[in-house]
Amino acid sequence: MTTALTGAGAAHAGPLLDVRELRTSFVTDDGIVGAVDGVSFQLGQGKTLGIVGESGCGKSVTNLSIMGLNPKTARVSGQALFRGEDLLKASPARLREIRGGEIAMIFQDPMTSLNPVHKIGDQIVEAVLLHNDVSKQEARSRALEGLKEVGIPQAERRLDDYPHQFSGGMRQRVMIAMALVNDPAVLIADEPTTALDVTTQAQILALMKKLQDDHGTAIVMITHDLGVVAEVADDIVVMYAARVVEQANVEDLFERPQHPYAWGLLGSLPRLGADVDRLVQIPGQPPSLLRPPNGCRFSPRCPHAFSRCRQEDPRLMPVTDAPEHLQACFLDEETKAREAVKTLTAAAA
Amino acid sequence: MFQYIIRRLLWAVVIFAAVTVITYIIFFVIPADPAALAAGKSATPEFVAQVRHFLHLDRSIPVQYFYFVKNLIVHGSLGTSYVNRRSVDTIVGEAAPVTASLVFGGAILWLAIAVPIGILSALKPRSLADRMTMVFVLIGISLPVVWIGLILQWAIGFKLGWLPNAGYCDVINPPVGATCGGVVDWARHMVLPWIVFAILFAAIYARMVRSNVMDTLGEDYVRTARAKGAPERIVLIKHVLRNAMLPVVTMLGMDIAVALGGAIFTESIFGLPGLGRTAVQGLDNFDLPEVMGVVVFATLCVIIFGLLVDILYGFIDPRIRFE
Repeated sequence: MTTALTGAGAAHAGPLLDVRELRTSFVTDDGIVGAVDGVSFQLGQGKTLGIVGESGCGKSVTNLSIMGLNPKTARVSGQALFRGEDLLKASPARLREIRGGEIAMIFQDPMTSLNPVHKIGDQIVEAVLLHNDVSKQEARSRALEGLKEVGIPQAERRLDDYPHQFSGGMRQRVMIAMALVNDPAVLIADEPTTALDVTTQAQILALMKKLQDDHGTAIVMITHDLGVVAEVADDIVVMYAARVVEQANVEDLFERPQHPYAWGLLGSLPRLGADVDRLVQIPGQPPSLLRPPNGCRFSPRCPHAFSRCRQEDPRLMPVTDAPEHLQACFLDEETKAREAVKTLTAAAA
Repeated sequence: MFQYIIRRLLWAVVIFAAVTVITYIIFFVIPADPAALAAGKSATPEFVAQVRHFLHLDRSIPVQYFYFVKNLIVHGSLGTSYVNRRSVDTIVGEAAPVTASLVFGGAILWLAIAVPIGILSALKPRSLADRMTMVFVLIGISLPVVWIGLILQWAIGFKLGWLPNAGYCDVINPPVGATCGGVVDWARHMVLPWIVFAILFAAIYARMVRSNVMDTLGEDYVRTARAKGAPERIVLIKHVLRNAMLPVVTMLGMDIAVALGGAIFTESIFGLPGLGRTAVQGLDNFDLPEVMGVVVFATLCVIIFGLLVDILYGFIDPRIRFE
């Protein structure tokens, strides 16, 4: 931790991670797929940012781009400033230092994210040794500490077990231990609870919150589950079809959502006690990123769309009385306020 | 573990019985008279009858099979050749090292070719190197072994005279009167057969290594390794190859086992007195004990290598344990 806060990092005053106008496209046989199209967000020290959206909206690619982990066919532009240093321009060697050192990642499927032929202890030790000039014994004791901290019972004995000897939830704990073993400043969690059952999900989220409090780690939480971000996030970015459509702190977003897509997401949240026959769903499918629709990309599925929506690209604009709350929708604020209330009362009913 | 070995051994007995019974039946379906062949061209009918009785060929097939099994279990012997009365144990014992030289040398060669080019083309799919590899694979798989053998024999052995055309030299203890012997002569005689024998396998294995490595590169745990900050070299060796080579081990074990029963084409072209040629000779002469000798040896190889691969797997793949 001390190393993470000294040096260049301590001198930097702005946000810990500042992503500006990030664009990632993939060249495929069918054409160019714009997987991320002008995404910007900031992550403060020790804060949690939730990135929400449907599968394929570009939320994972955004973070893989920041880490330089996209396939070689990816073209990335924009800026991803980590303590003022642009990761998109960093050398491969510098990126390797940052990966797993200052920025760590955990992934959706803990079943496949650990190497099946290596003991989990060795896999964590590898992470330690890649970033620290310490002995194997020291690395192993740090790995053990990590496993204990994420609540693996009989951690000492389990260091020498293989991934297949762990349950899904336990594997995700191992992944978290491995990600946090070098005390990173940022943890990018890509759908960390999606593959887990509900009780395990809650445990993992609670664990992440606790570790965040203990270590002051900032977290980027990528998820399609608004329930998850409501629980852990400070700020939320809503992505749709490679773009950000709304961005706000968690209270604002849940109290007065501005974008019809956000209403749709909120409306489709199942609630206990709500006497509804069926869940509200957003009609239609997300558009192809190979040939995205003209104008607002949500317009083909939007019940409120009018002619302007199909011609002009809405830009992210601040809400009049809340300059931190950004949204990209042409509807007037009165309609938005009315619809937001409708959505929220329906959801709460 | 103990139960597992017992189960494997029982299976081995079943496989052994099935293979030998089927060979016996096929042999007696062939309309030929081994006794007449064994007795010689100018034998009298009485003599042929004597020979038939002596070789037990006048008994029913089950009884003959019983004699064969009894001989094998009680005396540990594969019997004697119908034709020249040599012990089949000796015949197989002489031929097996020749085939083993060919197969193990060939396997080293095909791995030495296939593993590097398979990995390289997987790392740079669609590159020039990858396309050249795929052309080699196509050629290697398409070209008949016999044709490659004859061409190389003609070009390198005959025209250029760099290597011997055919024949075999013993590494140790060459027989009295042999014209050559020792490691150098042995290797010089084996180079062409190794190449010919290895080309097809090299092609198949290159393709297999390429696709295994490409599949493994897309695995989540490879992404995890990169996210940890591991350099590509470590990602490749520790995370990709370690997993991608698992299926190769299985294939290698089985291919070597099968080939040890005789590489008929390569041995025939280069006049190597191995098991393949022994089997062909045995068939030509309707010499059942000789054929059975090779079949039994080949079956044992398959059974033993199958067991070895399984045991080895328990060590290299922690997900597999014997229960």
